[in-house]
Amino acid sequence: MTVLPRTSTAKPEPSRPGVLERVHEWVVTIDHKRLGILYISAGILFFLVGGIEAGVIRYQLAYAANPTIDPVTFNQMFTMHGTTMVFLVGMPVLLGFGNYLTPLMIGTRDMAFPRLNAWGFWVFLFGGLLLYYSFIGSSGLYGAPGAPDVGWFAYSPLTTRAFNRGNNVDYWTLGILVSGFGSMATGINLVVTILCLRCKGMKLMRMPIMVWSMLVTGFLVMIALPVLTAAQVMLLFDRFLGAHFFDPQLEGSVLLWQHLFWFFGHPEVYILIIPAFGFISEIIPVFSRKVIFGYTMMVVALVWIAFQSMGVWAHHMFAVGLPPSLNAFFAASTFLIAVPTGIKIFNWIGTIWGGRIIYKTPMLFALGFVGMFVIGGLTGIMLATVPFDWDVSDSYFVVGHFHYVLFGGTLFAIFGAIYYWFPKMSGKMLSEKLGKLHFWVLFIGFNLTFAPMHVSGMLGMPRRIYTYAPDRGLDIWNLLSSIGYGVQFIAILIFVWNILHSLRKGEDAGDDPWDAWTLEWATTSPPKSWNFNPLPVVKSRRPLWDAKHPEDPDHEYE
Amino acid sequence: MAEENADRTVARSWLLLVVVTVLVGLVGFVAIFILGAQITEHDPTETFFEASDVFVQPDAEWNTTIFVSKSPETREIRRLTWLVVLISVGIFVVVEGLLVFAMIRYRRKNAETTGEPVQMYGSNPVELAWTVIPILIVVTLCLATVRTIHSVQPTAGERPENSLTVEVIGHRWWWEFRIPEYDVVTANELVVPVQRPIWLELGSADVIHSFWVPELQGKMDAIPVKTNYWQFTADEVGTYLGQCAEYCGTQHANMLIRIDVKDEADFKTWATNQALPAPNETTPSAVNGRKVFLEYACQNCHGVAGLSDGNFAPDLTHLMSRTLIAGGMLPNTIDNLKAWVENPQAIKPGCDMPALQLSKSEIEDVVSFLATLK
Repeated sequence: MTVLPRTSTAKPEPSRPGVLERVHEWVVTIDHKRLGILYISAGILFFLVGGIEAGVIRYQLAYAANPTIDPVTFNQMFTMHGTTMVFLVGMPVLLGFGNYLTPLMIGTRDMAFPRLNAWGFWVFLFGGLLLYYSFIGSSGLYGAPGAPDVGWFAYSPLTTRAFNRGNNVDYWTLGILVSGFGSMATGINLVVTILCLRCKGMKLMRMPIMVWSMLVTGFLVMIALPVLTAAQVMLLFDRFLGAHFFDPQLEGSVLLWQHLFWFFGHPEVYILIIPAFGFISEIIPVFSRKVIFGYTMMVVALVWIAFQSMGVWAHHMFAVGLPPSLNAFFAASTFLIAVPTGIKIFNWIGTIWGGRIIYKTPMLFALGFVGMFVIGGLTGIMLATVPFDWDVSDSYFVVGHFHYVLFGGTLFAIFGAIYYWFPKMSGKMLSEKLGKLHFWVLFIGFNLTFAPMHVSGMLGMPRRIYTYAPDRGLDIWNLLSSIGYGVQFIAILIFVWNILHSLRKGEDAGDDPWDAWTLEWATTSPPKSWNFNPLPVVKSRRPLWDAKHPEDPDHEYE
Repeated sequence: MAEENADRTVARSWLLLVVVTVLVGLVGFVAIFILGAQITEHDPTETFFEASDVFVQPDAEWNTTIFVSKSPETREIRRLTWLVVLISVGIFVVVEGLLVFAMIRYRRKNAETTGEPVQMYGSNPVELAWTVIPILIVVTLCLATVRTIHSVQPTAGERPENSLTVEVIGHRWWWEFRIPEYDVVTANELVVPVQRPIWLELGSADVIHSFWVPELQGKMDAIPVKTNYWQFTADEVGTYLGQCAEYCGTQHANMLIRIDVKDEADFKTWATNQALPAPNETTPSAVNGRKVFLEYACQNCHGVAGLSDGNFAPDLTHLMSRTLIAGGMLPNTIDNLKAWVENPQAIKPGCDMPALQLSKSEIEDVVSFLATLK
């Protein structure tokens, strides 16, 4: 046996940078792709934390009169769960995808303001960490809770000093205020990027629906977030400077807070769902092997929804005693928003109609999204019926409703997007086997958790109660929900394992694993920091279709 | 040749889409019309559901379901509810049916299939149809909703002539009820006459609460420095339960409401008794207990007519006429009263009543004083 000496003529491999160098690269990065990945990863970490908080809630409610969790802890858990999922999971993950994909999809090298982009991410992250620091930083004063316990919409006057000792509301306000600045920066960045940096030939009406949804979301963020910021600043004035905006004792108005919060809060719901519409509108055509059905109406519906989302906020306030005429107005505007939403659903069905559906994991999540979102939308229509809302608003029916929208809707779309774009981001495929398992376990667990909530709500269970009497007929429904949580927990473990496993051992993805049609698949996986060289020129909505089918190009039909 | 095939595929899938939509839509509409007629006649809960149904728990002591309507207001609301439920179920069946059908019909049957299916870019008539039809449904829903809002929601000037006014004041975490007509002040448990409109004037002493007794009326918020008006007329004598529905802090879960509907005579007896001052019992223990009540902090918060006028906490003048204590957490028994006076924080952590560190004999005395408040 001979040992061959190493030849010294070969060039030495460039040494892999050390851990610290690599961390440093990520910290100082202004590359939209890296920032996108940072946004998504931070969002997923917060998602795991928020999920554990939900577990505490479901554990406490699993059976009647459960003595395990004390009321303050329970109230903190649902407050932090809601705040986390909306502000630290939904927004960053969706905007993260927007960050990653928008420049790639419109054929440019980066966002319009790369440094603002980096600033936005770090501000968001530290805002979130500040909120979580409340667990430590706000405790100490006798009897005052550590983390906020006022609910994610923190109705005044529960947030005034008289009813809330200690500083937890300050952490809540400042945490959201700070991370909100990050979101606004990203909103502005998306709008400017999309309006100014499209590649040659990429007219507005040639942009992928995903980019349209990001444009619309950007505008909504720019309009809605400042209202929330203003409300939070007013609350800080109340708490620190002796102002009385929301103090009923001194002619402040407690309803002013609700109006301001929901004027942000309802567009916020669409900020959380419109990007999901975008993901679905990219995934469904590719796996049906068909062009999106009714592109123009899809765009019109998006813009329609965005405009109208700013005129429906008081449907969160049907039980505060608004005059009947106002109740009627907001019921009507809320009903009407179902029309553009319906158009989108029908157009997705139109897209798969006559297609050749390939059931890969992203497609399962996309179709799961459509199916579940329809349910959430229909219970939304029911809730817009003011008298029915008097029956079930602030009950578990509402909890069931918005989880069908934000979990069955947004989160399913996010998982679909992760399975769809992970190969582009990492160069590795996620395991299909684990992915399908993840989908089915999550789908079953999700329905098991949230469908019974509609029933417990109609049986008279208000939301946010930490305990209930054993003889109310609520036990079985709550037990089902809690079991469902356990099933979902397993699904999330499968997902985490799939990510970790595939990052190390996944198959190589290649540039275009799904045989897709938008520009991000025209470059390498993962793309180089400059994205494209040279920059692409497009003639239609599906540039890669044109390239793959030169005999039958899209632009002849548009 | 290929082109011709493609055209035929397109034509066939369009035909299928149209036929399926029309068929499912027809079935849905027929169902809505048949069932809709039923709904305008009466509440389907009465005909469709037996009392043994899962949605109504006949044995439950705590029946708070919206599937039982015991007032004209709730019947009005739930007729509309059933209409909306039916329309929603119809849409659900059509949309999910189309989705599942398309998912099965258009799956890729053979992994080796090459080439792409025919590309359909859209269709103006079809898209117009699924814009206009939802608009028609929306208009129907709007009209029905507006009508029910106006018939159920009262405004300040609409107090019926013969109604009984009840002032409802939310506190953390209990309810104060006042009936000015009879000079009644009580807590958590309200007695009202049957078949007489009850006019509620809702307010709050601290944060926002929401008054919810599902079998008698939908919920309405009780808001500080704003009076909300709400109204119901109970059909039948009985006990109706509810609770605060707007998150109001630590003990939001234990802010329960109990409404006893009695006939006019029983109600008058109750109200007259409630308006009397506290009886003056002279057993030594009760006398001692009264002394403790007046000397320690009790009287600062609790009112007892003729003795103290604290109003931060439930009025105790006729404490023993109530079934439950602690915002509805415990049955009103001597033992529970003792446990409560000894350490309320152990039972209802976070509530405003402190443990006063009374001695065993002081607790005995105070509770025997309380027991005289009939």
